[in-house]
Amino acid sequence: MLCTTRSAPTVRPDSKGYYGEFGGRFVPEILITPLLELEEAFLGISDSPEFMKELDLLLETYAGRETPLFYAARFSEKFGGGKLYLKREDLLHTGAHKINNTLGQGLLARRMGKRKIIAETGAGQHGVATAAAAALMGLECKVFMGEEDIRRQAPNVFRMKLMGAEVIPVSAGTATLKDAMSEAMRHWATHISDTFYVIGSVAGPHPYPLMVKRFQAVIGHETRRQILIAEGRLPDKVIACVGGGSNSAGIFHAFLGDSGVDLIGVEAGGLGIDSGKHGATLCAGEPGVFHGSRSYVLQDEHGQIKEAHSISAGLDYPGVGPEHAFLAATGRVNYVPVNDDEALEAFSILCKTEGIIPALESSHALAQAMKELPRMAPEDICIVNLSGRGDKDMPIIEKALAGI
Amino acid sequence: MEQIANAFKRLKEDGKAAFVPFSVAGFPSRERSLEVFLKLAEFGDVLEFGFPFSDPIADGPVIQLAAGEAIRNGLTMDVAFEMISEIRDHSDTPIVFFSYFNPIHKYGAERFAERAHESGVNGVLVVDLPLEESSWLKPATDAAGLAWINLATPTTPGPRIERMNSDGSGFLYYVSRTGVTGADGGLPPDLALKCERLRQVSRFPVAVGFGISTPADARALKEHVDGIVVGSAILSLIQKGCSSDELDQWLDNMAEAVH
Repeated sequence: MLCTTRSAPTVRPDSKGYYGEFGGRFVPEILITPLLELEEAFLGISDSPEFMKELDLLLETYAGRETPLFYAARFSEKFGGGKLYLKREDLLHTGAHKINNTLGQGLLARRMGKRKIIAETGAGQHGVATAAAAALMGLECKVFMGEEDIRRQAPNVFRMKLMGAEVIPVSAGTATLKDAMSEAMRHWATHISDTFYVIGSVAGPHPYPLMVKRFQAVIGHETRRQILIAEGRLPDKVIACVGGGSNSAGIFHAFLGDSGVDLIGVEAGGLGIDSGKHGATLCAGEPGVFHGSRSYVLQDEHGQIKEAHSISAGLDYPGVGPEHAFLAATGRVNYVPVNDDEALEAFSILCKTEGIIPALESSHALAQAMKELPRMAPEDICIVNLSGRGDKDMPIIEKALAGI
Repeated sequence: MEQIANAFKRLKEDGKAAFVPFSVAGFPSRERSLEVFLKLAEFGDVLEFGFPFSDPIADGPVIQLAAGEAIRNGLTMDVAFEMISEIRDHSDTPIVFFSYFNPIHKYGAERFAERAHESGVNGVLVVDLPLEESSWLKPATDAAGLAWINLATPTTPGPRIERMNSDGSGFLYYVSRTGVTGADGGLPPDLALKCERLRQVSRFPVAVGFGISTPADARALKEHVDGIVVGSAILSLIQKGCSSDELDQWLDNMAEAVH
């Protein structure tokens, strides 16, 4: 029996899309009408058992849910202390949690009568997941991707094309994820009548942060049920990486009301916070308005958006979802940075101890677990959301390991 | 707050539309952009002073490139206010400060509004502050006596135009079509009709922009609107490195077409 995605969120934005002082809808007037239409359609399907049934069936039979919660015994033993469980989102079709959301938004697009979908992508995982959903549902698909990322993530570009998507190179600005998202918003503004914009993270204007979390919340619901079956109690810690913040929002969500569960969001520390080359928006950024919402942003002293840096293209983003900014402000979630080299070490250890090759993004969460486990008692439980698999990262890792 | 409305009113009495030229501060350099703004203030009836932002999601490639170069040239809020003061030393043409919100948010809403007023700004247009979010800045600009220019688009429904009637001032900027700034794709065939309809429901003069690049465009529209905004076409000329005389000639032709 598949775990339902239907239970009510414990943190909800107000009617204007605000989580405390974060969120909102900071977009040019041209996007207001399509966002209001989207909000109405989304609220419609939220209460529709028929829609959720259709989505649940696809999640089960197409994407491969539910994903296992795996006890990583050898990894745990290596660090002493607590027990590490891995939520295996890496086993999903297309290789990461992104498919949970693209199936949901794809169905919504179809229901709204939009035949064309567009997406932005950094590492290419959201692009691949959108391309797959488009092929499955017979929709036309364009994916905007920075030229720099196209070069770094060539295998994913090929996968998108194989599934019939058109990959549109973006050369503006820094030619990475932020510019791909800006360009996707421009394309949407130009083609609002027939095009649905599938945002891949809990970022962007309201209702995207709420909607994407809703579609990713299945991760947390399953995890909570699975750990109760496996251990008869809730975990002590749940750790997930945070770029824009969709996989972390998805797993944290089910534990927000459990004060005994420590929630840790891991940002890209890149070459170190002091180097200025990082993607640690909550740890080292400040409040700002970017890509449609007020949240934390990496910006210079004049309010211009700065380039992020991370070895993992999926965490290479100078913004973060507004709900994370709110959870950081309230103290419910603790956000910490993990550097490129720490993530690479965690990556290597998981490969050798468990025979699992994780994505570089998820390796950041694992690296934090390596710091937490030795401080925990043997009966304590730590869960890491293993949000994606590492196949896409082979060329980068080969280079990085040769350099060590 | 009255200067912008008065400029439109005077032209209307003469049976003319307003020419509203736009350029980006700091492009291709601080000095050259100041020269350009002085020309625009001379030929234009209202001047749009564009402040650059790193991620301008409503703008096409011409303005994106110009903004990127302006930022690399060190164009900051304080430099922008210095430039506006210098324009004010030479011209009384009303100035609209055109920007995305984040640089203003970072500078501080009250500080921005006070400094803008002191330097000679008459109104503000913040592309990514729709009605729903205007409370982040409008109380401060209202207190400083600056006009608040709203954007309307082909998809803006009637009730929102009514809210703009009560929540705006100066003029209403009508975006000619879906999409971003720049000349690509041409103007919609029913644009004149749409402008006329908007004029009937808007309390403010209607100026139309996005994709208007030639005197012929302006002539076709001028009977149907109160003002015409031209931006990317001017920046394209500057990008091509046109001489001072060429720019004069071009602006003169455009102003004549609009009037």
